[in-house]
Amino acid sequence: MHIMEGLLPARWCLIWFAVSIPVVLYGIYKMNRLVKEKREILPLLAVAGAFIFVLSSLKLPSLVTQSCSHPTGTGIAAIFFGPAITAVLSIIVLIFQALFLAHGGFTTLGANVFSMGIVGPLVSYLIYKAGVKARINFYFVVFLAATFGDWATYIVTSTQLALAFPAGGVLTYGAFLSSFSTFAAIFAFTQVPIAIIEGAVSALLFKYVVEVKSDILVEMKVLEDSVVRKLRGLSA
Amino acid sequence: MSRKLEFIVLAILLIFAAQFIYISATTHAEYGGADDKPAGVIDQITGGTYKPIAKPIWEPPSAEIESLLFALQAAIGAGVIGYFLGYYRAKKTMKTSLPTNEKANPKGQ
Repeated sequence: MHIMEGLLPARWCLIWFAVSIPVVLYGIYKMNRLVKEKREILPLLAVAGAFIFVLSSLKLPSLVTQSCSHPTGTGIAAIFFGPAITAVLSIIVLIFQALFLAHGGFTTLGANVFSMGIVGPLVSYLIYKAGVKARINFYFVVFLAATFGDWATYIVTSTQLALAFPAGGVLTYGAFLSSFSTFAAIFAFTQVPIAIIEGAVSALLFKYVVEVKSDILVEMKVLEDSVVRKLRGLSA
Repeated sequence: MSRKLEFIVLAILLIFAAQFIYISATTHAEYGGADDKPAGVIDQITGGTYKPIAKPIWEPPSAEIESLLFALQAAIGAGVIGYFLGYYRAKKTMKTSLPTNEKANPKGQ
């Protein structure tokens, strides 16, 4: 999902920065306020950020295209803290990787934050909210949220590349689609099994957080008290 | 307590590992990084006219160093997760075990 350093023309770098910067700034504001109001959430914030650190460092082999790609790990943070704060956590990881690993880059940082830190988490967040409302099995909802958030991230990456490099050089709908299918073949297909792994592992981490620290999740309105009691009772 | 979710996740991971071992043993698939592929595709689409507008500030000098840094990234993350989940768990056990000893090991733990 990382668009490598220099791979987007300057115009597109600027556009994605322009879209992403306000969200990251809003996320920083929201994060500061949250930490000030509830200091006790800091460890949870660290866990959510650390989960992104771990998952985005694991390059997993995919049978679909027989290449390697990595999960994003943003689902948990999105469910706990919402997309804006997740954008802040993601940009930290992306800067780390751009600086030390030549993975991703600074010119493409805006584009990468947009896919991994904003759209993916937004999709996770919305699926989570909808799933909870629909009262589907709780861990399955987390699984769906993380899995589809991951896919969404990679679809956005493919879209970004296709917009910058439409087939034939002129950006028309057909040229975009043609390029998109090429890039999606690299990213989206590869990601199918990897996103499923990400969803499964995210559900597991969610379970452990509910086990040890459900009160804070209730307080943050991630979970309802009745749901916690039910999960405790069943402990699926 | 029920370990249903653990078993499901374990099953998913095992299926994933099994298909990988099977396919990598029976084919010559390269398993290169998907993130490295767009550069070639962009070359094809633009006929090689697009030159990257920037280069990485620093690149790991070898694949070994790169995997060292990726492992370090994962280790830092795993350490933080383990520390805080352990911290929360211990805190919770202390709380429930302090008032009466009977509560020290409730079945739901």
